[in-house]
Amino acid sequence: MNPILEVRHLKKQFAEITAVDDISFQIQPGTCFGLLGPNGAGKTTTIEMIEGLTEPTGGEILYQGKPRDQRFKMEAGIQFQSTSVMDKLAVIEILKLFYSLYSKRTDLDALIQTCGLESLLPQRATKLSGGQKQRLMFALALINDPQIVFLDEPTTGLDPQSRRNLWDMIERIKAQGKTVLLTTHYMDEAEILCDTLVIVDQGKIIAQGTPKELLKQHFDHFYVSLDRADFESHLPHWPEAVNESHDVIEIQSQSVEVTLQQLQQHQVNLRSLRVRNPTLEDLFLKLTGHSLRE
Amino acid sequence: MNKSLASHGQIIWALFVTRTKEFYRDRGALLWSMLLPICIVAAIAIAFSGKGQELFRVGVYQSGSAVISEKLLEQPFVETVNYDNFEKALVRVRHHQLDLLLATDQPGKYWINETSVKGIAAEKLLLAHLDPISKGGADTEWSRQLVSGQQIRYVDWVIPGVLGMNVMFGALFGIGFVIVRYRKNGVLKRLQVTPVTPLEFLTAQVLSRLLVMMITAAVVYIGCDLFLNFVMLGNYLLLALVAVLGIFAMITLALIIASRTASEELANGLLNFAAFPMLLLSEVWFSLDNAPAWLQAVSQCFPLTHMVQAARDIMMSGAGFVEVSHHLLVMTLMSGVFLAVAAYLFRWNER
Repeated sequence: MNPILEVRHLKKQFAEITAVDDISFQIQPGTCFGLLGPNGAGKTTTIEMIEGLTEPTGGEILYQGKPRDQRFKMEAGIQFQSTSVMDKLAVIEILKLFYSLYSKRTDLDALIQTCGLESLLPQRATKLSGGQKQRLMFALALINDPQIVFLDEPTTGLDPQSRRNLWDMIERIKAQGKTVLLTTHYMDEAEILCDTLVIVDQGKIIAQGTPKELLKQHFDHFYVSLDRADFESHLPHWPEAVNESHDVIEIQSQSVEVTLQQLQQHQVNLRSLRVRNPTLEDLFLKLTGHSLRE
Repeated sequence: MNKSLASHGQIIWALFVTRTKEFYRDRGALLWSMLLPICIVAAIAIAFSGKGQELFRVGVYQSGSAVISEKLLEQPFVETVNYDNFEKALVRVRHHQLDLLLATDQPGKYWINETSVKGIAAEKLLLAHLDPISKGGADTEWSRQLVSGQQIRYVDWVIPGVLGMNVMFGALFGIGFVIVRYRKNGVLKRLQVTPVTPLEFLTAQVLSRLLVMMITAAVVYIGCDLFLNFVMLGNYLLLALVAVLGIFAMITLALIIASRTASEELANGLLNFAAFPMLLLSEVWFSLDNAPAWLQAVSQCFPLTHMVQAARDIMMSGAGFVEVSHHLLVMTLMSGVFLAVAAYLFRWNER
């Protein structure tokens, strides 16, 4: 299938800083594509260059195989990381305003329902909570029934319930066949929502693929963790690789069964035992030597 | 995909309604924009309701190199105002703004307004000073020329200025701050990624502000008239046209100032930088008849000057379309230039 969006050798230079350094990727229609990286990695600069807000220093951006034109504006739905709407307008008035700016648009009542805005319609937008405001912004991004939806850190700053709520909404628009481009610094969010992702750090792509592929490619082990106090005495002669932190020891286990057997043989106290799969966070740490949220 | 005319109209209308609603809901700003000028006019009315100026103002129409050496003009209680336009000077006499007028090309003639007490007094002074000169000189006898006209109080004269000033502040700050705030809080960024074009956005803002300022100006006009009953000799429609063109020119000037910055502090400074010269030099509070020619030339560069002068001509002398047409033309040209510059400079975001 032809990609709905293609970025080739994208570059952005701000004075002394190279914010985006030769980034290329393709997005297939109907998929959710994630740009994962720490704050300052160049995610927002990249997405804003695609949206047409920032002029690239170099590179090419193709929408459905062609340079972006007025049709791109009509068919793209955009949500910013932080932006506000007109003061002194009610939610319904803001929805109707943006509704009237497009010639092709979605069913407003259905959209209001999808985004859970029914009870908020008469409220002033300035009075909304963080999660409510994000839902309104999400609705505005969908108001033109877009082919491709850009979400820049959609859940940053939201409480856990609002995050889940927004994930549900993103799943729903994916189910409608829309393409989603999402930036995030939450690895759980990327793992749950994204079909394909690129991991960016310091303006460069450092890994690319589906979350499963990426993890399979870079990890052949699980993590078995124990409290340091319970395991300390066995550390010097343990046969498997071990990650140490202040109070937790993580064993890089090729096989959980084998590791468990060994732990039992050594009569280690297992009350703090936990087993987990490697995550994108681990991948990021492995690739860059620093953690996502540093 | 080109937009049809209808969809341009639809977008402009939606943005226009939105902006107007926002303003209407800002009750404080709404009330203040109407109360302030009425308060100013009331204060002026009270301040000038007592006795008038003690000085006599004598106009001298200068034609060619001829000079008038008249003792009256040397008196400390007489202020001399030179004119190079006889008709203009005559209007001043008609309105009681000049007590007496002399003309270098018509020696021996003087003009006064019979209904002006100060005019009669000035006449007496002139004739009193005549004797010593005429005794030794070849001067002809003084012949009295009468001019009639309703007295124009300072408050009548200042009303077009105060209305103009109010409209100027409302136009400059009203639109300037809104656009800068929209840019600062991301509203412009949000609109930038919709199909809205800068021209559609700016048109809607200008039209909304124009409507608001016209309503405000009308309310203030009626409010002032209720307790001052000021002079209005001209055509109301023509006055409204002057208001529309003047407001339009000042709104477009504000668009230039607000075309790029997202800093309200900077915008405030720039708007004041535009407003204060106009406040002082656009004949809002005082006439520039006595000012040096270069200053009068500078004042002609301000849209407010043309708006106030045209409004004053209409209200105080009943001037018609032809008489104020040069003001209308200048304001239209200024608007066109300002709008073109603003559209060229405009950026949705700060970068």
